[in-house]
Order: sequence, then C-alpha cells, then structure tokens
Amino acid sequence: MSDIALGLADPAHDSQKLFRAVLDAFAHPGRIVALTQGPAGVGPLSRAATAFLLTLVDRDTPLWLSPDFDVPAVRDFVRFHTGAPLVAREADALFALLTPRRAPLIDSFAIGTDPYPDRSATLVIEVPALTGGPALTLKGPGIESEARACVAGLPASFAEEWAANRTLFPCGVDLVFTAGSELMALPRSIAVEI
Amino acid sequence: MPDTISSNDPSDGAYNYAYLDEQTKRMIRRAILKAVAVPGYQVPFGGREMPLPYGWGTGGIQVTAAIIGRDDTLKVIDQGADDTTNAVSIRRFFARVADVATTTRTEEATVIQTRHRVPETPLKDGQILVFQVPIPEPLRMLEPRETETRTLHALSEYGVMQVSLYESIARHGRIAKTYNYPVLVNGRYIMSPSPIPKFDNPKLDRNPALQLYGAGREKRIYAVPPHTPVKSLDFDDHPFEIERWTECCALCGSTQSFLDEMIVDDAGKRRFICSDTDYCQERQEEQRR
Repeated sequence: MSDIALGLADPAHDSQKLFRAVLDAFAHPGRIVALTQGPAGVGPLSRAATAFLLTLVDRDTPLWLSPDFDVPAVRDFVRFHTGAPLVAREADALFALLTPRRAPLIDSFAIGTDPYPDRSATLVIEVPALTGGPALTLKGPGIESEARACVAGLPASFAEEWAANRTLFPCGVDLVFTAGSELMALPRSIAVEI
Repeated sequence: MPDTISSNDPSDGAYNYAYLDEQTKRMIRRAILKAVAVPGYQVPFGGREMPLPYGWGTGGIQVTAAIIGRDDTLKVIDQGADDTTNAVSIRRFFARVADVATTTRTEEATVIQTRHRVPETPLKDGQILVFQVPIPEPLRMLEPRETETRTLHALSEYGVMQVSLYESIARHGRIAKTYNYPVLVNGRYIMSPSPIPKFDNPKLDRNPALQLYGAGREKRIYAVPPHTPVKSLDFDDHPFEIERWTECCALCGSTQSFLDEMIVDDAGKRRFICSDTDYCQERQEEQRR
C-alpha cells in the first residue's frame, strides 16, 4: 500500500478549484486551463489527467484504461483514491484514459442514446502538448466566432473521426486533451475544421 | 488530512464544505459538464433533500453548492431583488456553509443565483448565472408523460409547441405567454428559460456568461454555454416581442429596465419601479454624484 501516490491534499477545496477549471474549459472549448491543485502525475499519467480523475471519477463511473495506462501504479491509484470500477470493454466505460496513438481513436465508446445523450463517455486523451500541433478551427457553443486549437500528436484522421462524432449529435463522446498540468476540452457540440 | 470543513461557524462542524458531501458534488459536477456539452438538454441527476422546501430554489442551490468555492463572490436575487426572503436566506446559507463572500453588485459577483430574473447589468465572461427552475420540461403542459416528451426532444419534434403558440394567437390575437417563454437553444433543443419574464429572453442569447439551470424537485440540470444562440419561438407574421412600458422607473427614471407595478394608496394610485434593485440603486447613486 505504501507505493500508492498521494491524492488531493485538501479534497473539498482542491476538487472545487479543479472542477471550476474543467468547467471553464468545457464552457470555452479550445481554451487551455491549468490544473495545478492536484498532486504530481501518477506513473505514466500527466498531472492534469491525474487531477481530472481525482475530481470527477468515483465508484459510480466505470473507467477504461488504454494498455499504455493499464499499469499497477495507475490501477492501484485509481482504485484506492476514487473506487472507480476498471472495465475491460470500452463500451462499458463512462470515462476513459487513452493516448492518440489508438486507431480508430474515439470509436467503440458509449455515445448515449437519443432520449439520454448524457449516457455517454468522456475520453481523456493524453497528448504530448496542447500547442504546436496543426491548427484546428473550432466553432460552436461557448465560442464567440471561432477558436483555434493546436493540439500536438493527434492522428491525421482526427478531423474526420470528429466529424463523424458530430453527426451523432446529441449523442457522441466528449473529449478532454491533457498535457503536463494543462487541459483543453472538446465537447461534442463543437465543429472542427482543418 | 487537513480540515475540509468550513470553520467560520462551529455549529456547522458536522457538515461538509458547501453542505453537500463530495460524492454528491461529483455527481452534480458530472451532470453539469454533460449539460454544457449538450446545450439545452435536461440531464437527470440525483437531487438531494436540501434544508428548505421544494419551490424555494433547491435545484439552484445544489448547482451553486457543487460549483462554489472560497474564492467566489455570490449574489442571490429573487424577482430581481437582493433583499427578498428567498434571496437573503440563500445568501446567508452559503455565507455560512461555504465561507463565501457575498455581494449585491452584479459586476462584483462571480456566481449569481437567480429566481425569475436576469440582471439588467450585462454579464461578463467568467461569471456564472444559476437559475432556479420549477418545471424544467417546456413541453410538460402540452404532454404530461415524461417518456413522450423525452422522445419528442430526441426526435426534435416540436410541432406541438408551435401549435400551442398558434392557438394563443387564434384566441388572443398575439402570443399571450409573458413568462417562461420557450426558447430554442443552438437550433436543437427547446428549453424552458425558467419563469423569467419574456423581457429577459433576449439577454440569454449569446450571453458571455455561463448559464446553469437547476430543477430540484424534477431533478434536472441543463445549461447554455457562453455565446450560444438562444432564440425565442415565434412566427414570421407574429415576431417575438418584449414587454414595453409607457412609464419610467419612479426611483431612477430608467426606461430600459423591467418595471414592477406598485399600488401605493387606497385610491389605486400606481407607481412603477425597477425590478432589479441593484441596477436601480446604482443608477440612483450615479444621479446623486
């Protein structure tokens, strides 16, 4: 047990600050927010992804780990601090932790149903950086005219995959990109153009 | 582990910060994120019993409790006023359980919980407006079955709402609905804006602040992200119109704000004053300078 990394130092207040940063990111797609209240990243996880899990995941939210993150350090950390059930099938998860190297990237997760589009997965995608990648133009709720995102490390097919996700609206998955202690959200309502 | 309980009042030592337990807050926070991702869609959530009755803002309070922190400045209004019973008690509740600064100034607030009004002062990026909602389902009076209204929303099948507005025109010569006037959010979901006067509907459209709506009894949360188009339903030959007054506010002289009518004596003498008390006071102070 002594190998498990520490969680939030001050759970009520830290998670509140972290949630407000995440909410700010969801309300302003493309905006990069800093998640600095959490502990250092656990094992292969970034600090932002670790903080996101500690803020939103618990025993009610099945979590899927991609093979890159399905290591004892992460499994033990998640089980001990959040109690989230770790699931083997993508479709069973409400949250998932993955890298952009997966192909197809966002297929096979729960997209919800037309009467209940909220029964869908939120994918946390660990990328090398939130800047420096090819520019994507974002349009939709939360954005005044248009926003720019330059997430590094996304596959060339991303815009196409996201367009397919958009056609499912109001169903579909929501994405959160994390790198270091920073996070950017891409809710399903947002249109992406190259 | 440090003390996570509000320490400003020893009598509250038995409660978690902001009254709700952390598990409940996480559940509400997840619902809020879904609501922001699907603007106008009503996300079901596990509403909790709150220390005040349904109809007094239990939905709004739960949303506020899930988002509020010690850095926030909270404003609470009821029908535009900061000094009514509901507003005062909710403001004191959060000052006590969440150790939060409170204000009556719209500009200073980071979180504004409201019942039945949108402040007259324009809101800014970064502010969050939390609405207390009695009946979140805009189609409920037309279709009582939840399974049916859910299907209608899923299929974006809103003919029944247009028919009800048409019937209003046929009967009254105009759309007679003056509050809780239905809106279409981002061209997809018809949403109840809560019982705000239709005067406030244009303020919902492309507002830079984040709008969160909480219905405690019906256990639904929905949202309108910043800058999102919100259109009041109408017809080409009966365009949406807001209330207008021939009078101005008797206290500040405003001709731009929503006015309350007051009967001031037994002879039925009437005066009109701003419903937004902060806006009215700001204007009066400015005039005195």
